[in-house]
Amino acid sequence: MADARLSASRPLSPHLMVFRFILTMAMSIVHRMTGGFLYVGTVFVAVWLVAAASGPVWFARVDGLYQTWIGRLILIGLVWSLIHHAIGGIRHFIWDLGYGFEKKTADRMALFNLVAGLVLTALVVVVATLFG
Amino acid sequence: MTKFQIETPLKRARGFGSGKTGTGHFWQQRVTGVAALLLSLVYVALLIKLQGDDYPTVLATLGNPFIAVLMLAFLGVSVWHMKIGMQVIIEDYVNQPFLRVLSLMANSFFSALVGIASAVALLKIAFGA
Repeated sequence: MADARLSASRPLSPHLMVFRFILTMAMSIVHRMTGGFLYVGTVFVAVWLVAAASGPVWFARVDGLYQTWIGRLILIGLVWSLIHHAIGGIRHFIWDLGYGFEKKTADRMALFNLVAGLVLTALVVVVATLFG
Repeated sequence: MTKFQIETPLKRARGFGSGKTGTGHFWQQRVTGVAALLLSLVYVALLIKLQGDDYPTVLATLGNPFIAVLMLAFLGVSVWHMKIGMQVIIEDYVNQPFLRVLSLMANSFFSALVGIASAVALLKIAFGA
């Protein structure tokens, strides 16, 4: 395990209490947070799938729970997390290829991620409501 | 290891070469990320399609071999992606050694459980629940 004394002067992981608040820093945290939401969210997917595999009674129970307003709110939040995290992932791939490190570009990419995530989530909700 | 240890871990590690596994998780995170990105398009389309469908339709859709394969791939790849992702977060923020080992273990157990549950359910439906 790494010696804590040695890591004091090395770059820190995204941390709310240490970093000054700027957009790219905030988006780094949001990327981790949406990842965390999706982590917990897999329980909802697994429970729904197991219910579907367990027969009509269990499916009706779980699906009914997901259809409540709080259930819908959680599911929409998870869809946003997935879309936001996916666009954030594309941002990471762009960085991995060596592009997008200029301050302006990085800021613009962060803003695009935020806006596109919200717009696409709204689009999914609208399409699912209209055609689902 | 001597009693009066004044050398740094770096000094002790120097000269032994790399462990050859340093970038393993980094690369796995990218590969599973690309796969999850592509498969999530299918997943979101499926979510929209299944929204409001009745039970027999849901079973028939999930039981379609093409969809079953893509869903299994999506969930498998996502569970691996989230397992190593959460591991990075734990390694970054949980410094107390006992808690750290405990949370790393819990992460493995949770990820395995979610993955196996989803896979068993999907396979059962695909083979005719």
